[in-house]
Amino acid sequence: MRHRLRTVLVWGGWAPIVLVATLLGAWEIYVESGQVSAFVLPAPHAMAAALWNNGSLIWSNFLVTAQEVGLGLCAALIAGFATALAIHFSPLARRAIYPLAVGSQAVPVAVLAAPLVFWWGFGMSPKLVVIALICFFPIVVSMVDGLGAVDPDQLKLLQTLDASRWQAFRMAELPAALPAALSGARIALAVGMIAAYIAEISTAGTSAGLGHEINTDLTALQTPRAWAATAVLFVAAVACFYTLALAERRLAPWAHRPRGENR
Amino acid sequence: MARIVPSADPSNLWGNARGGRDVFTGLKDSPRSPEADRQAVGVSVTGVSRAYNDSKRTAVRALDGVSLHASHGELLAVVGPSGCGKTTLLELICGLQSPDTGTVVCAPAALMPQRDLLLPWLSALDNAALALRIAHRPRPEARARAAELFAELGLRGFEEAHPHELSGGMRQRVAFLRTLLAGKPVLCLDEPFGALDAITRTEMQGWLSRALQREPRTVVLVTHDVEEAVMLADRVAVLSPRPGRVVSELEVTLGRPRSRTSPVITGLRESVLQALGLIGTSTSEGIT
Repeated sequence: MRHRLRTVLVWGGWAPIVLVATLLGAWEIYVESGQVSAFVLPAPHAMAAALWNNGSLIWSNFLVTAQEVGLGLCAALIAGFATALAIHFSPLARRAIYPLAVGSQAVPVAVLAAPLVFWWGFGMSPKLVVIALICFFPIVVSMVDGLGAVDPDQLKLLQTLDASRWQAFRMAELPAALPAALSGARIALAVGMIAAYIAEISTAGTSAGLGHEINTDLTALQTPRAWAATAVLFVAAVACFYTLALAERRLAPWAHRPRGENR
Repeated sequence: MARIVPSADPSNLWGNARGGRDVFTGLKDSPRSPEADRQAVGVSVTGVSRAYNDSKRTAVRALDGVSLHASHGELLAVVGPSGCGKTTLLELICGLQSPDTGTVVCAPAALMPQRDLLLPWLSALDNAALALRIAHRPRPEARARAAELFAELGLRGFEEAHPHELSGGMRQRVAFLRTLLAGKPVLCLDEPFGALDAITRTEMQGWLSRALQREPRTVVLVTHDVEEAVMLADRVAVLSPRPGRVVSELEVTLGRPRSRTSPVITGLRESVLQALGLIGTSTSEGIT
């Protein structure tokens, strides 16, 4: 048992690195074999060079995008939590809001770009709205499920202990919803990166951000730099996802007890 | 002090639109009478019937004209086959449901459910102190009061353990402590040791008996274990299969501690088994 655990730990850490190295190697060989133009698909070494040579440019654009994602996600979390509470406590709100939240996922951002810019101008605000809109749905769904996941017998028990509705919410429903809410935030964060790209290319007047840079580079045939910026987005999404997973383990350790002990 | 539950209470908990999930709507403002206060020393269930709708929307009669009484400080054991409405009875006493007909008069009651229902994110100590926290006591005070009892229950050293780190017997003890610290004069125990192995169950029974001697309460103990009922109770009520009716009531006039092998205990156990229809009156020998 312990031996197996150690095997998992050792290989668990190396496995993604080995996989990425293998994929990059295959990619490099494929491009170098001349079957595809470097303008269509740059080789990894060209991406690395582009990243090295344009480090400060990519970094400054990354900071813009990271700020957009962070703020947009915060807005989505606040709005999502409020909406989830309304849906949880009011059957009427559930009926009224849920179809809207589901339908909002189908709205192409391009059609919203013009009114958003009209209302909020050319600054960061319309981009935050786009990101929040895209991240909103996974957050609401996971929070509503989490709030409803509490054992009804648990609520009965709290009632016999004279807990008020508010106390029952605070002591049972809210903590019970925490793991699901954090999972929702994790998914939203991963989606948030692509949401930032969509926001940057679809709202007018954008002059910074990784999405903006990728788009300009692609049209200017600066393909390696576009791919270097993409790699930065990729790594950022992975890092954020696992940071939140770690936070979830810290904040809700009861949701991660070893298998088999779950009663 | 006392809560009198009238029949056909319009604030029925389960009648709401959310399919019974919202249990915090009813009974907080049930009518109270001075007469009820005078009787508030124990539990008095008179002519209670209760039906509920099962998942197929057909009415199931859980209890039919049940009358039971437990005086102050008495331990009433309710024995019956599975599905005789024992849990419904406890929920009626605790005010989680109201009877269709009949009345329930009792002092405030705390429920120890069949499953321990400890909150997984709280330590054992915080779980035990839950009722005190609900009563807005400061956390250090609540924890200190729970900690005093931890040693007595053999839980010392497990104060900061979380429920999943505790054994089944320990979890039940923490759940009992939580019920006890609710400070209510009546305790409703729903098969508290049903899920435990035989050795732990015997230990827990002895421990419960001692705990109640130290801190007397009126107790309604629901169990399917006839021996447990006879060993612990002052009075044993036997319920029939659904719909539950009281088919027999026996006094246990024996001091404590009791011995499992004493003739009074074995005799009472046979009487209860007879009342349950599990053994005949003449051919009882050799059957346990």
